[in-house]
Amino acid sequence: MVYLTRKAEFSASHYYHNPDFTPEENRRIFGKCNNPNGHGHNYTLEVTVKGEVDPRSGFVVDLKQLKEVMHREVLDAMDHRFLNKEVPEFLTRIPTTENLAIAIWQRLESKLEQAKLHRIRVYETPDLFVDFYGESSEG
Amino acid sequence: MKAHLTRRYLFSASHRLHSDAMSAEENRATYGKCNNPYGHGHNYRLEVTVSGPVDHRTGMVCNLVDLDGFVEREVLSRYDLENLNTLQEFAKNVPTTENLCVEIFEILQRGFRQAHLERVRIEETMMNSFEYSGAAAPLK
Repeated sequence: MVYLTRKAEFSASHYYHNPDFTPEENRRIFGKCNNPNGHGHNYTLEVTVKGEVDPRSGFVVDLKQLKEVMHREVLDAMDHRFLNKEVPEFLTRIPTTENLAIAIWQRLESKLEQAKLHRIRVYETPDLFVDFYGESSEG
Repeated sequence: MKAHLTRRYLFSASHRLHSDAMSAEENRATYGKCNNPYGHGHNYRLEVTVSGPVDHRTGMVCNLVDLDGFVEREVLSRYDLENLNTLQEFAKNVPTTENLCVEIFEILQRGFRQAHLERVRIEETMMNSFEYSGAAAPLK
């Protein structure tokens, strides 16, 4: 089994708000991230896939295809967007880095043809990142 | 759904690697320049990884304010701008980054309750890093 990781960057804005909480609870739990006008990050995405090396091509996965899928499913939807207002998952879920990693996993998992998705890592800043290994993983 | 969250911190400290169980020659042979009696320092990069189910109400594994507050209070304020050899935990234990990893892991495991502690990783320099996931756990 060989693991391959492809990186990408996207920039987006978001804010944290749960309509079931009172305004005071939202401010207390989410702090400055609760500002309804939003704020932004340069996110770095790492997609790690795993598989056996194809003896003919020497590839785990065709990187060009992986890059295209990442662009089509993730970057086109999220880059330079306000996540809360423009990305359907986040109309009902709070766009934390945790939920972003889960949403990206869900967008990519069924679209990969050759290799199997192993890990989604999302850096919100260089000093904060989340790893997601799938819905059934005890990872 | 379970996710892993990793936060990076910075602290600077000095240390000298020297074991009382070894002769002066053995210390020099084992630790080389790190055995210099006056010590030397590093900018340590600390990575703390915690895990847990993502709370559907907050979208979080744990509130970063709680993790940052704990690490600041219990780890950074203890080690930042200190000489590690002068601290009680390194009175008998050599302050290698291996031992520092274990100490910081145990501080977090004893006191941080808001998520499961997965791993402590420390970069001593850009070239050296160390990880500890607890006594029983295999590294991931």
